[in-house]
Amino acid sequence: MMRLSWFNVVSLTFGFVFLYLPMIILVIYSFNKSKLVTVWAGFSTKWYGELLQNEAFLNAAWVTLKVAVISSTFATILGTMAAYVLVRSGRFFGRTLFSGMIYAPLVMPEVITGLSLLLLFIGIGMDRGVMTVVLAHTTFSMCYVSVVVSSRLFTFDQSLEEAALDLGCSPAQAFRLVTLPIIAPAVISGWLLAFTLSLDDLVIATFTTGPSATTLPIKIYSAVRLGVSPEINALSTLMIAVVTVGVILASLASKRNVAKMRQEEIAAVRAE
Amino acid sequence: MAATEFAPWEDPQAKPLICFRNVTKRFGEFTAIDNVSLDIYAQEFFALLGPSGCGKTTMMRMLAGFENVTEGIIELDGADVGDVPPNKRAVNMMFQSYALFPHLTVWENIAFGLRRAKIPADDLTNRVEEMLKLTRLERFASRKPHQISGGQRQRVALARSLAKAPKLLLLDEPLGALDKKLRQETQFELMDIQEKTGTTFVIVTHDQEEAMTVASRVAVMDEGNLMQVATPDRIYETPNSVYVADFIGDVNLFKGTAKPVGEDQYQINWVESLPPLNATSSLPLNDGQSCHLAIRPEKVAINAEKPDDAVNAVQGKVVDIAYLGNLSTYYVELPDGTVIKAQTANTRRISRRSFTWEDPVWLSWTATAGVLLDS
Ligand SMILES: Nc1ncnc2c1ncn2[C@@H]1O[C@H](COP(=O)(O)OP(=O)(O)OP(=O)(O)O)[C@@H](O)[C@H]1O
Ligand SMILES: [Mg+2]
Repeated sequence: MMRLSWFNVVSLTFGFVFLYLPMIILVIYSFNKSKLVTVWAGFSTKWYGELLQNEAFLNAAWVTLKVAVISSTFATILGTMAAYVLVRSGRFFGRTLFSGMIYAPLVMPEVITGLSLLLLFIGIGMDRGVMTVVLAHTTFSMCYVSVVVSSRLFTFDQSLEEAALDLGCSPAQAFRLVTLPIIAPAVISGWLLAFTLSLDDLVIATFTTGPSATTLPIKIYSAVRLGVSPEINALSTLMIAVVTVGVILASLASKRNVAKMRQEEIAAVRAE
Repeated sequence: MAATEFAPWEDPQAKPLICFRNVTKRFGEFTAIDNVSLDIYAQEFFALLGPSGCGKTTMMRMLAGFENVTEGIIELDGADVGDVPPNKRAVNMMFQSYALFPHLTVWENIAFGLRRAKIPADDLTNRVEEMLKLTRLERFASRKPHQISGGQRQRVALARSLAKAPKLLLLDEPLGALDKKLRQETQFELMDIQEKTGTTFVIVTHDQEEAMTVASRVAVMDEGNLMQVATPDRIYETPNSVYVADFIGDVNLFKGTAKPVGEDQYQINWVESLPPLNATSSLPLNDGQSCHLAIRPEKVAINAEKPDDAVNAVQGKVVDIAYLGNLSTYYVELPDGTVIKAQTANTRRISRRSFTWEDPVWLSWTATAGVLLDS
């Protein structure tokens, strides 16, 4: 391997320190024995123990998990359908508008998304709670799923679906038996992406939630305003762990499998 | 009892299985198929032949239901299929690109269509095994498509389309990736299957020999038009245009003007310094009308002396010899520079061959050897 020049070493180190130093400090202090966040008093895991006793945090964690699983599942279904329509239907009336509208939430400030959803829920008289947060998260994460899935569908050879139709499948069967298994890695990585997005969303959840459904990020944010406690550090460390695992899984699912399955597909469909 | 020859296209009572009525297909501005009318009969082995991009795959895709016709009607079994989706047509297609399912094994690929037809498990297994045997893929049944060779993939695609034993089977270059021996064997298998099951085949091929071997009729296409539709021997012996004569097999083409000299007899003046050529043709040509005379190399005799009774004889010298094993093609240059090909069977050993480079020779052929074509 090529040796890095001293300039590269410095900039790499600087970049990584900049990115990860705060998190590393947080993780280290979550194992601090002292109640004072700024004073190191020896290693201990007692804050993790206390965390498990804390009803409010556990509740929030459960709400967050529920919201993340349900909303990412809906987002995956809707996002995949939208991607399929966009990539497959060729030109239809309003296609540009439709695709623009799907991708718009990607660049929309979260505050605006949150506020507009809040207004909608108030307008239709919907009680705010788990349900509204799920809807909100589905809305904003489905466009991410749609981007991931449609980039896979663009390289998917349509003759495979034609072959399935030719052999007697209805269009729905062709999708279920041929298209979906082949694009599955992209769909899974879309789900994981939506899951992590929902897990750490604060802004939209704040706007759309009600008193009955406090998510973990909201809980942490409000607790921190009263002062940082080692318990919060422990909780944040756990969240970092979960998100890291999720992201690693997502990138494994997408990179390795997508590339591998793409090659298999190229092999099965002769390039002309 | 004499076996009647299979020629439903000559029977005005016969109902075609496939009927293209003035079919035109456009992709935007581009006309891929231009006002084609064509009848294909049940149990035919129909070959589409033509250069790359002439619209062969497009014809197949319209039959299978993947492309709508822009104008005209396609009938299958007497019914317009314009609105019938591909999965509702009793047609199976083998794709030029194979389109195997990458996530399924060879076995599952072949079973795919049968599963959709809800066939009992035992029959399904038997049928798949039968197909594997036919295409000699038994050893590869549990492999995925990316784990087998190109020729093997082609055979999987063939087996998959054959498995459902459809009424009409469309094969888009089914044997292109196979070596000559396997290709010939598979050709005979196909003809065998066709005879046993009575399936109608429409096959696209680039290989003329293949078309000649397997087809009951051949259609020669050019830029979205059907140039000629006829039995292989008629296409070869009596092409109806310079294009077809030139496209199918090897041919010597003489361009000249016709002069009627008796009933169906013409003299063709082609080069001032050489005597006119004599040809028999039922084509009604006027005096001085320009035309082409097409003669296959194997109909041109090559001799050291001028044959006494030859109707057409020209002298030249051998400029090249192509040795093809069983045959040799001599390239003979005439005094005006024209090169004529003459083909002879090599019944003697090379060392005893009669002509070599630079030898002066006489080429001769009969009045009926060539085909006169209107240009
Ligand atoms: N979807 C399409 N859009 C635009 N043009 C097309 C489309 N499909 C085919 N064509 C054009 O129609 C013409 C006929 O194509 P087709 O695939 O039928 O050729 P082919 O005879 O099968 O050629 P080959 O022997 O190379 O397979 C080509 O010029 C091609 O570029
Ligand atoms: Mg083609």
